[in-house]
Amino acid sequence: MLGIFKIAYKLLVNDRAKFAALLVGITFAVFLMIQMTSLFSGVLSRSSATVINIGATMWVMDPAVQTVANSIPMPDYVLDEVRSIPGVKYAVPLYSGGALAKLRDGTYQFVTVMGLDDATLFGRPRLIDGNIQDIFAENGFIVIKDAEFAKLENPTIGTEFELNDHRVKIVGIGEVATSGLFGVPTLYTTYNRALQYLPNTRFTASYILVEPKTASDAAVIAGRVHAMGYLALTKDQFIDKIAAFYTFRTGLGTNILLMTVISFIVGLSISGQTFYTFIIENLEKFGALKAIGAKSRELVAMILFQAAFTALTGYGLGIGLCAVMIWLARLRIPDYAAVITFPNIGLAFAMVVIIAGISSYVGVRKVLTIEPFDIFRG
Amino acid sequence: MADVAVRAAGLTKWFGEGATRTLAVQNVSFEAFFGEMLYVVGPSGSGKTTMLSMVSGILRPNAGTVEIEGTDIWRLSGDEIATFRLRKLGFVFQDYHLFPRLTTQENVAIPLILQHRDWDEAMAEALRDLKIVGLENRAALPPVKLSGGEQQRVAIARAIVSRPEILILDEPTASLDGDTGRTVLSFVRRELLTDQRCIIIITHDARIFEFANRIMHMEDGKLTGITQAGAGPMEVAGET
Ligand SMILES: Nc1ncnc2c1ncn2[C@@H]1O[C@H](COP(=O)(O)OP(=O)(O)OP(=O)(O)O)[C@@H](O)[C@H]1O
Ligand SMILES: [Mg+2]
Repeated sequence: MLGIFKIAYKLLVNDRAKFAALLVGITFAVFLMIQMTSLFSGVLSRSSATVINIGATMWVMDPAVQTVANSIPMPDYVLDEVRSIPGVKYAVPLYSGGALAKLRDGTYQFVTVMGLDDATLFGRPRLIDGNIQDIFAENGFIVIKDAEFAKLENPTIGTEFELNDHRVKIVGIGEVATSGLFGVPTLYTTYNRALQYLPNTRFTASYILVEPKTASDAAVIAGRVHAMGYLALTKDQFIDKIAAFYTFRTGLGTNILLMTVISFIVGLSISGQTFYTFIIENLEKFGALKAIGAKSRELVAMILFQAAFTALTGYGLGIGLCAVMIWLARLRIPDYAAVITFPNIGLAFAMVVIIAGISSYVGVRKVLTIEPFDIFRG
Repeated sequence: MADVAVRAAGLTKWFGEGATRTLAVQNVSFEAFFGEMLYVVGPSGSGKTTMLSMVSGILRPNAGTVEIEGTDIWRLSGDEIATFRLRKLGFVFQDYHLFPRLTTQENVAIPLILQHRDWDEAMAEALRDLKIVGLENRAALPPVKLSGGEQQRVAIARAIVSRPEILILDEPTASLDGDTGRTVLSFVRRELLTDQRCIIIITHDARIFEFANRIMHMEDGKLTGITQAGAGPMEVAGET
């Protein structure tokens, strides 16, 4: 049986031009599919960065909130009511907003400011330099060292700049798990200082972070919050809600889907078409093999082998190309959002299997219907 | 009398149904013997290829039987007939059907590969037969680089590589000039005809009749007679 596959391999690979066209078709399709979907995955995970970094179990928010960055402030009584719900272990406010920093050279830089509950500092980042207690010192802010850090001129402890005409003093350098989508540096301070520095409405809390006593309390809390006219989501629900917003309410999801479908169709047509010509060109020879005594299932095995070999090679090249592209992009844009995830790779694999399946189905049908008698007759 | 290699009885084949039905072969019976070269001749459309396709297990007859070395081949299953063809029969098709993307040697080895023989062994035997047809120095080339006569010899090497008892050649000289045709046929007769092998050749070419033992004449799907030919009955003749 091995010899048959060796013959199949040689028939395929020795036809340099067609083999190259097949590989280009599949590689291109896989590359585009993975590139598109991994960019999408990257964007989605970035869009929930705050939710992941803060790490609260439950989030209470205005029902109209669609993404974590666009919070809608809630009146103070909501915090008190949430605290009185049975099943709530503790609840703290979170401030999330944006401000303009005026750097020493006089340029302005937009920053995200997170205000942490003064009593607990719940959701604080891991510090790589400085002391967390210094956040209570005069003008104390912590800066996150991520890809956007340089936009604040690489501050160190003691660096000062202006924020909305207030003085800021960096007292700590922190790090977080996921960086954000918008390419903006992030500062942390206390809730009260955030309110003081940043303009706000009558209402103040962007989110209320809730820790239920037990996992089963989450549903009860959600129900009670709902009755108050607000929305309580678990961390995963909130991430899903944000993902759904970017996927369905912006052009992003549709465009990615469209690009994925187009790359699939292009890949399918290039590879399918080339494989078809390849089979047609060798059809008489396959018929001659039948006349000599090859069994149909052996010919089918040869064709499936050729399709599988091409598909897997193209798949590997496509993934490799994609990894190289992302690596190159990271050299220029350190915070380039694309991440290759297993679902991306799996989706591309499924599409490659479909491409190979359709291409070889056509070939197999042709080879099965060829009559050795017609070959014999010439 | 030599042993019977092929015994065909009452072979009949028609194509189509109703008004368009053509009777391609009608009630043909004959025997072919080991050690003989049997020609099948007749006008175009007289049913030669159809008849030999039934004899070689490629086309199922509407009526009649074919026995090869005592096996009633059309009683076998599809896979069994394929295996039978692979082991007992060698074919030289009219337009060779060599794979252009394989080397000459790999082309010749194909019947052995289909028999699931070891690759290196198959290649060695292919080279042995390329030597027999005088083309060992072309082993690594693709067949398209060879002349028509050389391709013909490659096809012959492929047909004999598994040492089949029955060798079937369809119009072997159709695309060769007269001299090359005679050279190929005299080679076939001299080198390939043994008393364990029966060679059946379809031809229009009167210039090669001298190499036949017997000639079957067909017309309108019917066998009209069998005549003794140049090479005489049943002895293996040399060229000189
Ligand atoms: N698949 C088919 N369908 C319909 N008719 C067929 C088919 N195959 C052969 N025939 C008919 O059967 C008859 C015999 O054909 P066959 O090919 O056996 O002739 P032949 O003697 O080999 O001719 P040639 O010398 O031209 O090769 C012809 O009339 C042909 O048209
Ligand atoms: Mg014919």
